[in-house]
Amino acid sequence: MAKILMKGNEAIGAAAIKAGCRYFFGYPITPQNEVPEYMARELPKVGGVFLQAESEVAAINMVYGASGAGARVMTSSSSPGIALKQEGISYIAGAELPCVVVNVVRGGPGLGGIQPAQSDYYQATRGGGNGDYRMPVYAPSSIQETVDLIMGAFDVADQYRTPVMILADGMIGQMMEPIEFKEPKKRELAPKTWATTGTKDERKPNIINSLFIDPQELEDHCIRLEKKYDLIAQNECLVEEYKLEGAEIVVAAYGTTSRIVKNAIDKCAELGIKVGLIRPITLWPFPFASFEKIEDTTKAVLTVEMSTGQMIDDVKIAMNGRMPVEFYGRTGGMVPTPDAIVEKIKKIVGGEK
Amino acid sequence: MTVAFKKTKGLTDKPLHYCPGCTHGIIHRLVAEVLEELEVLDKTIGVAPVGCSVFAYDYFNCDMQEAAHGRAPAVATGIKRVNPDKVVFTYQGDGDLASIGAAEIVHAAHRGEKITTIFVNNAIYGMTGGQMAPTTLVGQKATTAPYGRDEAHCGKSLKVSEMLATIDGAKFVERVSVNSPANIRKAKKAIKKAFELQLANKGFGIVEVLSTCPTNWGLSPVEAIKWLEANMIPYYPLGNLRDVEEAK
Ligand SMILES: Cc1ncc(C[n+]2csc(CCOP(=O)(O)OP(=O)(O)O)c2C)c(N)n1
Ligand code: SF4
Repeated sequence: MAKILMKGNEAIGAAAIKAGCRYFFGYPITPQNEVPEYMARELPKVGGVFLQAESEVAAINMVYGASGAGARVMTSSSSPGIALKQEGISYIAGAELPCVVVNVVRGGPGLGGIQPAQSDYYQATRGGGNGDYRMPVYAPSSIQETVDLIMGAFDVADQYRTPVMILADGMIGQMMEPIEFKEPKKRELAPKTWATTGTKDERKPNIINSLFIDPQELEDHCIRLEKKYDLIAQNECLVEEYKLEGAEIVVAAYGTTSRIVKNAIDKCAELGIKVGLIRPITLWPFPFASFEKIEDTTKAVLTVEMSTGQMIDDVKIAMNGRMPVEFYGRTGGMVPTPDAIVEKIKKIVGGEK
Repeated sequence: MTVAFKKTKGLTDKPLHYCPGCTHGIIHRLVAEVLEELEVLDKTIGVAPVGCSVFAYDYFNCDMQEAAHGRAPAVATGIKRVNPDKVVFTYQGDGDLASIGAAEIVHAAHRGEKITTIFVNNAIYGMTGGQMAPTTLVGQKATTAPYGRDEAHCGKSLKVSEMLATIDGAKFVERVSVNSPANIRKAKKAIKKAFELQLANKGFGIVEVLSTCPTNWGLSPVEAIKWLEANMIPYYPLGNLRDVEEAK
């Protein structure tokens, strides 16, 4: 198939529809407005439903209802909107329903700004909603990868009956790149026998619920969820490793930041400094194994983020004190430059803090 | 032998957990009987709220989804959009619907969402122990209004049905009470009409049911009924507030 040039946000919508998503509930917020706009335009053409909710809280609860009724359903928003959606995400995780949630991240806290940022890492990977839950979080670095991940995300959501988040940033949402739509790997998906579609007098009523008043029952439920999350961690972790062998410095970066880092790595090579990259594609599950592989001859790991430092916590856990973990970041919508990253690397190599 | 009265198929065998004298049970039964009589139990999906009726999903003999506090109308919207040919209803208390979920109910009505809402108004938060609700009457004591609701401090009691009746998408709005056999019969009729409206694909329908909370009102079940009659009905008058069929 020929490649087509598409804006990130529209590609998100197109990929979802290609993956069989037929329901979308959302509420406007910059910089993701082209996603609901695309869905409003395209979903009716394929017999689907777009509905603009009165708030993000309502939108995610519509997702909950539609998913419980057995549909492939998506919502998208940006940071403050996702904060409101956390209530519903927790309920969806608790009731074990599949759905895809897209966060086109902007800077925060509060109303923050509308430029790209990566300051929602904690929000995405540490819950935000209440309780013992996890959800797969995909952080694409290009529009092609966004499309690929979204198409696969619906299957992952269905297979494990879990919400799945695509953590893009404003850059991914707003830029244009050539893409092609590829079939995701086929997964065995069980029929949704649990869905609330009316009993048709053929079965007992189905109940979608996340309430467990008996603490023992709730503990059992949480332990069962934990086992499911372990399985996801084993099977669904995605990472890109780049020039790790013999690296003096290993950089950890995700999303669009990793593209800037790759640029910096090439510049370092010209200066004779060997730098590698670990790019987590899933932020949860986090690719701990890649960090374990870092050679003892490496001097330090440098985490580069468009935040004041959030993923660095996971990198530190991964390194477990084996070597220094340094940080370079810009935030608030400011984007790191390759030169600034090279300067930071030079300082680390030179033994400066 | 002819059977004059039997248990409705609309309810499961699970014993209700409500306090003695609480009218939630009567309202459950009315909804269940209507669903049975309309022969739609096998194509109904109910949405349970957060509140004393949180376990409604265990009682109604149809598919059920439990919603977050106040969000039942949004959840029902998602279900109905996926299943436009099914019957979808929400069962919500007054804290759930009139306070935390005020936006969700207004907008479900505003969209003319083809769902039915059973709104149980007992003028108090039952489940959490008798705090003030938007529907608590002026002067009525609640644990968070220990000196009685003060209008100057937190406003008058919210008349939800009157408010919803101003919304075009709301096609059937009626307030009923379950304080007497005659009123129980009227309540059932209204509930049936609201579901029939949905079956005819007309739009949003809501039945507000005045209900008692003997436990948190600190009254015996009989005194609670009397309190409802003396205090609630005068402020929340019974009757139809909007009916598209009648209007024609
Ligand atoms: C987000 C959230 N806030 C608060 C609560 C606590 N809560 C549970 S039930 C309830 C009040 C319910 O009152 P009402 O809707 O009037 O129903 P009733 O119990 O009187 O039948 C509250 C505040 C909750 N579960 N979730
Ligand atoms: S607390 Fe009140 S509303 Fe709740 S079950 Fe008891 S009497 Fe009914």
